[in-house]
Amino acid sequence: MGRMRNRRTLGQIFAAPIVIGVLSTIGLIAALVGDGWWDAVSWVSLGLPVLLYLFFVVRRKHVGP
Amino acid sequence: MTAATRSLRRWGFVHKWASLICTLFMLLLCITGLPLIFHHEIDDLLHTEVKPAEVAPGTPTADLDKLLANALANASLKVPHFLIWDRDDPNVMFVSVGESITSDPTNNRFVRMDTHTAGYLDSPDVTGRFTYIMLRLHVDMFAGLPGKLFLGLMGILFCVAIISGIVVYAPSMRKLDFGAYRRQRPRIVRWLDIHNLAGILLVMWTLVVGFTGVINTWADLVLKMWQYGQLAEMTAQYRDRPPPTKLTSVQAAVDVAARAVPGMTPSFVAFPGTVFSSKSHYIVFLKGDTPVTSRLLKPALIDAETGKLTDSRDMPWYVTTLFISQPLHFGDYGGLPLRILWALLDVLTIIVLGTGVYLWLRRRKAGVSVERAVAQGSAANAPLMSS
Repeated sequence: MGRMRNRRTLGQIFAAPIVIGVLSTIGLIAALVGDGWWDAVSWVSLGLPVLLYLFFVVRRKHVGP
Repeated sequence: MTAATRSLRRWGFVHKWASLICTLFMLLLCITGLPLIFHHEIDDLLHTEVKPAEVAPGTPTADLDKLLANALANASLKVPHFLIWDRDDPNVMFVSVGESITSDPTNNRFVRMDTHTAGYLDSPDVTGRFTYIMLRLHVDMFAGLPGKLFLGLMGILFCVAIISGIVVYAPSMRKLDFGAYRRQRPRIVRWLDIHNLAGILLVMWTLVVGFTGVINTWADLVLKMWQYGQLAEMTAQYRDRPPPTKLTSVQAAVDVAARAVPGMTPSFVAFPGTVFSSKSHYIVFLKGDTPVTSRLLKPALIDAETGKLTDSRDMPWYVTTLFISQPLHFGDYGGLPLRILWALLDVLTIIVLGTGVYLWLRRRKAGVSVERAVAQGSAANAPLMSS
């Protein structure tokens, strides 16, 4: 296992999920508040989880661990 | 065993059982929900409908009494329950008609009418349609209120599974970077990584869509609460009066309501005696013009005998909560891109559910429970994983 390192703290484990959770919340609310730019904010912030999933699972196909 | 390990085992136990109980129903909800996101497009594709007349912008709308009379002359059922402005197409209105004023409105027929010419368009039987079958499976599995409340319970378990999933995510990720996907490892490790990654990425969306879905299952109860609460209060003076023998003009009622609540436009009218009204009133439900205020309907009660305004109040908090939870569940408040995102996130949720079931089956076969594997510090590195 090439990834064996020191154990991570809860802060390290949840840093990225908290940022994504906050952005998702903003995205869920933004399009309710208004149209136009507000919709665009929702598209970007709710599109982020989908893009990250594709980035980690699909794009790294040819990169070994 | 330390207290922390015991606590983690408990969370693992909660995650396993809350997930297992609801998974089959959540899969049903995710799969039937997917086409519902695009129900307009699917209906347009599969069915033909009579188009309303093309009119120049600014063309005045037809008299509502004339429109109503035309609708009833052409409809198979004769008692009007609701007059509805189409949210998506200002050229179309619906008259929802039932067998009698007390008949179950879920069996009503929708008569489509032209807003400008007051002409009859069509009133197709939608109950055989693909989207209708998906909707009923999604809402109550064709089992009425008990089916709805049961799915609500499954939704609560889903929320419990998400929250306990956040807790058991931590020990799983002790030795891994965020987003780790160990592509060279056996399938059980890869699918654990996918389950963890998609699960944690979707936490807020699944919680919000899951919980607003639960709130939607309580819609019938919320309506009853409003009837016995605020509506009963507003119509207290009418309690002992007989229902009106002849109804006043519905157009006049809408005009009175629009004047009473400036800045809002009518969304639908409930006729006297229906589930959304009292026996003595038209209730005109008005909406605002922003994405959020267009969902917050405000009732204006019009005496159906005199045509005068009785009262108009903002809805109580529990109805407002229901109104707000609807767009957040449907994803229909930010254009087509938001609906496409809703579909993609729904597919990712299906992946989380599917990988979750697979992980449980594999670990059960290997004789190691999830909570044990979690308690070992890193489920990913448990010895059975190399099998």
